[in-house]
Amino acid sequence: MVVNSVHWFRKGLRLHDNPALQEALNGADTVRCVYILDPWFAGAANVGINRWRFLLEALEDLDCSLKKLNSRLFVVRGQPTEVFPRLFKEWNVTRLTFEYDPEPYGKERDGAIIKMAQEFGVETVVRNSHTLYNLDRIIEMNNNSPPLTFKRFQTIVSRLELPRRPLPAITQQQMESCQRKIGDNHDQLYSIPSLEELGFRTERLPPAVWRGGESEALDRLSKHLDKKVWVASVEHTRVNKCSLYASPTGLSPYLRFGCLSCRVLYYNLRELYMKLRKRCSPPLSLFGQLLWREFFYTAATNNPNFDRMEGNPICVQIPWDQNPEALAKWAEGRTGFPWIDAIMTQLRQEGWIHHLARHAVACFLTRGDLWISWVSGMKVFEELLLDADWSVNAGSWMWLSCSAFFQQFFHCYCPVGFGRRTDPSGDYIRRYIPILKDFPNRYIYEPWNAPESVQKAANCVVGVDYPKPMVNHAESSRLNIERMKQVYQQLSHYRGLSLLASVPTIQEEAEPPMTDESQTSSGPDSPHRDPADDEAAGSSTVPDSSTSAPPQDKEDPAHCCHSHQVSAHSPCTSTGSPAPLSCHSPHDRSKPSSPSSSCHTMSPSPSPSTQTSPRRSSSSRKERRSQRQKARHACSSSARENKREVEEERMEEEVEDSEERMEEEAAEQLQ
Amino acid sequence: MKRVKGGEEGSNGCCSKSSPEACKKVRKELSEAPEAVLARDASEYDWSRLPQELLLHIFQYLPLLDRAYASQVCRGWNQAFHMPELWRCFEFELNQPASSYLKATHPDLIKQIIKRHSNHLQYVSFKVDSSTESAEAACDILSQLVNCSLKTLGLISTARPSFMEVPKSHFISALTVVFVNSKSLSSLKIDDTPVDDPSLKVLVANNSDTLKLLKMSSCPHVSPAGILCVADQCHGLRELALNYHLLSDELLLALSSEKHVHLEHLRIDVVSENPGQHFHTIKKSSWDAMVRHSPKFNLVMYFFLYEDEFGPFFNEEIPVTHLYFGRSVSKEVLGRVGLHCPRLVELVVCANGLRPLDEELIRIAKHCTQLSAIGLGECEVSCSAFVEFVKMCGRRLSQLSIMEEVLIPDHKYSLDEIHWEVSKHLGRVWFPDMMPTW
Repeated sequence: MVVNSVHWFRKGLRLHDNPALQEALNGADTVRCVYILDPWFAGAANVGINRWRFLLEALEDLDCSLKKLNSRLFVVRGQPTEVFPRLFKEWNVTRLTFEYDPEPYGKERDGAIIKMAQEFGVETVVRNSHTLYNLDRIIEMNNNSPPLTFKRFQTIVSRLELPRRPLPAITQQQMESCQRKIGDNHDQLYSIPSLEELGFRTERLPPAVWRGGESEALDRLSKHLDKKVWVASVEHTRVNKCSLYASPTGLSPYLRFGCLSCRVLYYNLRELYMKLRKRCSPPLSLFGQLLWREFFYTAATNNPNFDRMEGNPICVQIPWDQNPEALAKWAEGRTGFPWIDAIMTQLRQEGWIHHLARHAVACFLTRGDLWISWVSGMKVFEELLLDADWSVNAGSWMWLSCSAFFQQFFHCYCPVGFGRRTDPSGDYIRRYIPILKDFPNRYIYEPWNAPESVQKAANCVVGVDYPKPMVNHAESSRLNIERMKQVYQQLSHYRGLSLLASVPTIQEEAEPPMTDESQTSSGPDSPHRDPADDEAAGSSTVPDSSTSAPPQDKEDPAHCCHSHQVSAHSPCTSTGSPAPLSCHSPHDRSKPSSPSSSCHTMSPSPSPSTQTSPRRSSSSRKERRSQRQKARHACSSSARENKREVEEERMEEEVEDSEERMEEEAAEQLQ
Repeated sequence: MKRVKGGEEGSNGCCSKSSPEACKKVRKELSEAPEAVLARDASEYDWSRLPQELLLHIFQYLPLLDRAYASQVCRGWNQAFHMPELWRCFEFELNQPASSYLKATHPDLIKQIIKRHSNHLQYVSFKVDSSTESAEAACDILSQLVNCSLKTLGLISTARPSFMEVPKSHFISALTVVFVNSKSLSSLKIDDTPVDDPSLKVLVANNSDTLKLLKMSSCPHVSPAGILCVADQCHGLRELALNYHLLSDELLLALSSEKHVHLEHLRIDVVSENPGQHFHTIKKSSWDAMVRHSPKFNLVMYFFLYEDEFGPFFNEEIPVTHLYFGRSVSKEVLGRVGLHCPRLVELVVCANGLRPLDEELIRIAKHCTQLSAIGLGECEVSCSAFVEFVKMCGRRLSQLSIMEEVLIPDHKYSLDEIHWEVSKHLGRVWFPDMMPTW
């Protein structure tokens, strides 16, 4: 039987470590690599010119590499659901391969395509290579809910086997066996569009700081590793002002588009570490950025509302202000705080900013100064930031705005002091905001405090040539810390005076993460396997593949979503809608504080969903309450009589409590 | 009904005293005769005959909107809907679609409440968004609460201090309606509002016997004399929150007079309006009088100052228990904190200069023997000094929140080792806080 494969590129824009592409080649008579793009949609989407340019460059590079293998990239214009039926018939396709996309939107799209392929009798092969681990496996190991703290995530990861080893790049030999003639009209039909075709104006467009594509990515990878050797510290390097600029060793946009395989990076770092440290097994912190990415992917994979506040079970409902004018000032770098404005300018011009710079502007927009929703900030990043991934972008914004993941909210970055600590001379500001270049170091972070004579001497009068600061930072941080405290005290039902204790702690079985020694497969001494082995492993034992079938959880998204909501168990997850803010009353405290416990009180039969992880649900309460809850949870698995007894006992306790507290609580409400 | 309490829009005030006896009764009935219950035909249930006390109990668990739907079922349920117990406590949420993402209390409901339930209201709060309209709407409601007797009133700005934008006279006249009519206010939270001295006088004249809690941080129209008048007359006052410019020796002495009950919390916000502002000092003897009178009182201080404005602070012993530095604070001031704050329980430092805080932390561990919570933001501490600090404080440190970047690895500890060492001294697993690298 003839096998005509189509490999569908989306992310994963590379020929190295591309298991799905290998599957396409495997025993095929013909292989075509396609990328589907809707130019009309492209213009309308909320994606800025730098991101498009990066993508187009990555496609060019891919086409170029395929040419060397006597093949080409087919860029097909249209929507996948319209394009595929046409291609299936036209090319007599029997096999469709693509990389697994863990994001909810992607899963839905792919589910539809897989179903369509089935109808056309086309076999689909999906392989996971965008993430290090199989995310569903992580969720499964965490009692079927995604870990909500990074530590917990690390703990789970340290128990997993090492990520699958990367596969080698596809070879000429492999490609030759499934060659087909490229049509003369290929460029006419399947060329890569230009920015102009996508509706962008390109005159006066400065050259790209980040060049897209796999070749560039691999080039950077080797520089990245050289630099790690050069600074002789494979672990933490302290941030200095050089870190703020785009670096020729930066990799994040390449990971985002899959120009670089995360597993290639992982194993390169690992081997480098072991070489330098004489076979000592590397700590998880070595893979920091890769693991953060994985963490947010895991948190988002079953949560289609991950990118918004409303209806997002892990997101704290915070009464953000809607202020389009202030948002625009922030997005366009007109806040009057040079540090913030320089960062936003760099972001707009180059498409990348350092992660500390991201923290600074995200904090400023949300809980730090402007009190504007993280969702608005996320959208601006989505437009401008080359490495903005749906999951990682939304997750990081929630993290930085203290909207999820249980962060202490007092960690606020000062829009003046933070920059000054990183770059005392302010050269970074002078580069991106040239109007301020003649200000002395002393005032470069707060030009409004410079005496008029200094402003005049610097040829920049604040309020005329450069905006005045849009907020009084001291005043807004005073207000905002109070607002956050209000929100968090209601979440944690904490009524005391401590600021730190108002954040609910979630001790998801906090075991210290170990080095990856604890991971099973190939320890430091295991011989390096040859590529053939790897390849075999890649195709036969992959835990994450799903051939000719939709991803498991596709079948019942409602169910996934439900179990996610219930088992996540944090106070903010439990209510879902604006409730955490909306109801605190004098008597609140006398009632069961978590929804799971109110279920117990209200429904005579134990609800199975409340039993999933008792430890986590109770940990965030005060000790006494948590004790009671533990008792209850424990008994919910035992006989019903017992359970009732305990409940009655608890109710009695609560009656006493509530009567005692009537007066007191009326007062406490106002704390 | 497994709906999460307050999980829907309009979930305001779904709470009043529960009647657990009633609940228990039902529970007993159900458990004693389950067979009988099962045997009976479902049609024999007559829901409308459900005793009111049970209905009330059920209603207490329902969000307001569901209660409203239920009230349309039959006359009995409609009556239950209006039972005073369900209206003692209410939270008005006043948001404009243009300025808030959150839903507002429906205007019709507000009308209903004013018409039928204003005399039942006891615990009332207003949450307003950043728009002036919302704050004005809150004032309009307040001025209609003529026949109510509130115990608790809270005016809460959820985004910006929008009450400050309401014309002062409008705000004052609305607030005094409540002051005059209530007569038994015990808790009042009016932070960031244009309340003034004359209106506080009205408050005192009508509610001096009952007032226990007063929060009025950042109320620029109140003078030290205005708050002194409150302290002089309201002897039951147990909690007070205000800005530093209202704090005076006289105020502390008034609060520690014999007639006065023990003070429980005093919260002071120290905010600088413009750089280089000068701040007055409070005598040590006044603080001493306060501690003698209320040995257990908590003094909570929030500082939002420039580094050079700390001159008048921490030169003498001060009974502060919770200390929060919202902006940068110098090494030197933290050194003084270590010497002069023996009652310190919680310390949060958001930022510090570029020099490590090693000796200062160790001094604080040594002298502040009550310290149980510490948070460090943009600071620097060497790993070994930090371990030493934790070792000295030991297990009493129940809250320890340090950003990873704060800790500087040194010859003794690397970042990967420090969490073991600290966990060992704390007796529980501990990690530094982190921010995503992305």
